[in-house]
Amino acid sequence: MEKIPILRMGRFLLVSIQVDLHDRVALQLQEDLTDQIVKTGAKGVLIDISALELVDSFIGRMLNNLTSMSRILDAETVVVGMRPAVAITLVELGLELGGVRTALNVERGMELLGGAAFGRSKG
Amino acid sequence: MALSTVYRLIQQHEEALLAEWIKAQQRAKRRAGAGVMTQEQLASESAGFLRRFMEALASGHADTSNAAWEGVRELLGDLSRSRARQGFTPSETALFVFSLKEPLFSRMRASIKDADELGTAIWDATTLLDDLGLRTTEVNQKSREEIISRQQQELLELSTPVTRLWEGVLAVPLVGTLDSARTQVVMESLLQEIVTTGASIAVMDITGVPTVDTLVAQHLLKTVAAAKLMGAECIISGIRPQIAQTIVHLGVDLGDVVTKATLADAFRHALSRLGLHVATVAGR
Repeated sequence: MEKIPILRMGRFLLVSIQVDLHDRVALQLQEDLTDQIVKTGAKGVLIDISALELVDSFIGRMLNNLTSMSRILDAETVVVGMRPAVAITLVELGLELGGVRTALNVERGMELLGGAAFGRSKG
Repeated sequence: MALSTVYRLIQQHEEALLAEWIKAQQRAKRRAGAGVMTQEQLASESAGFLRRFMEALASGHADTSNAAWEGVRELLGDLSRSRARQGFTPSETALFVFSLKEPLFSRMRASIKDADELGTAIWDATTLLDDLGLRTTEVNQKSREEIISRQQQELLELSTPVTRLWEGVLAVPLVGTLDSARTQVVMESLLQEIVTTGASIAVMDITGVPTVDTLVAQHLLKTVAAAKLMGAECIISGIRPQIAQTIVHLGVDLGDVVTKATLADAFRHALSRLGLHVATVAGR
């Protein structure tokens, strides 16, 4: 079964969505991510959607859910790497992802979450 | 068969007919004071048309939508399109075909003695030529519409430039009414520019937008939301006093979007967000 990898980078987790998000994959991701946050005590989550070309209301809601779940577990979420076409589609769908923080790419996302901590742990 | 009569006639007098036709066209052109066409061009177009017209006549089909008329239709299409681009009116273009009638009919009168036969031949020829003439008008009209829509597209692109104010700061000076088509173009070019330059702040200047109603405000907010999804902050600047009043009277909620009166204020705000400031150099 397809599974979305969750990489640990210092105090953050990096989720890179490279495949089509079916319902099952998405539900599995929710489960894996919450498990990982609890296990690693991560303070931040980066969701990289730069490979995502198609979005619908389901994916929009899922991003919202992932953010809310992480927040409850005290981890800040940033959605990074959204393509212009995807952003336009989400806005046209009326899904402006109000509660979700966004950044242009992973690097900016790290900065947003407090990149210094990441730098130290890497070194 | 009347078509074959017309065909024979044209075949017999092809050169004389062509010369008379070209002369008739030139006469008509002088009367109308129409656009520029070189004599050689006119002659070659006329000769080409007459040749293909004869080929089609030889097939014996009287219906101009038949495959046998393909050559004629193609030639007339090209001709109408090129004339539309040169600024000819539809009637001037149609005149190309209609002016063939005069020399053709006088030839017919001279060589066909039987009144019935003459009547049928003229009728057949006139139906065909009318049909072809109308076709040129149609193509002419269509190509003009194409030109107009292309110009609209160009205008759309012209009016939505995205420029870089500073490292990481983009400016979108909006000029003209903001409808949904333009919003789409603005959004696309702005988001693309955010990706290429990695900008984190975009200033939308609406000094050149004449009015802001609920729809325009909604379009602006959409663009702001899309930029935010890309991780960039949007500032709306260039809000004139009347527009501020209109926005409040209409009850438009701009949410937490940062708004500034002038582009300069927005730029200052953008710099301070980036942790920069402008200072006077001491001793000058």
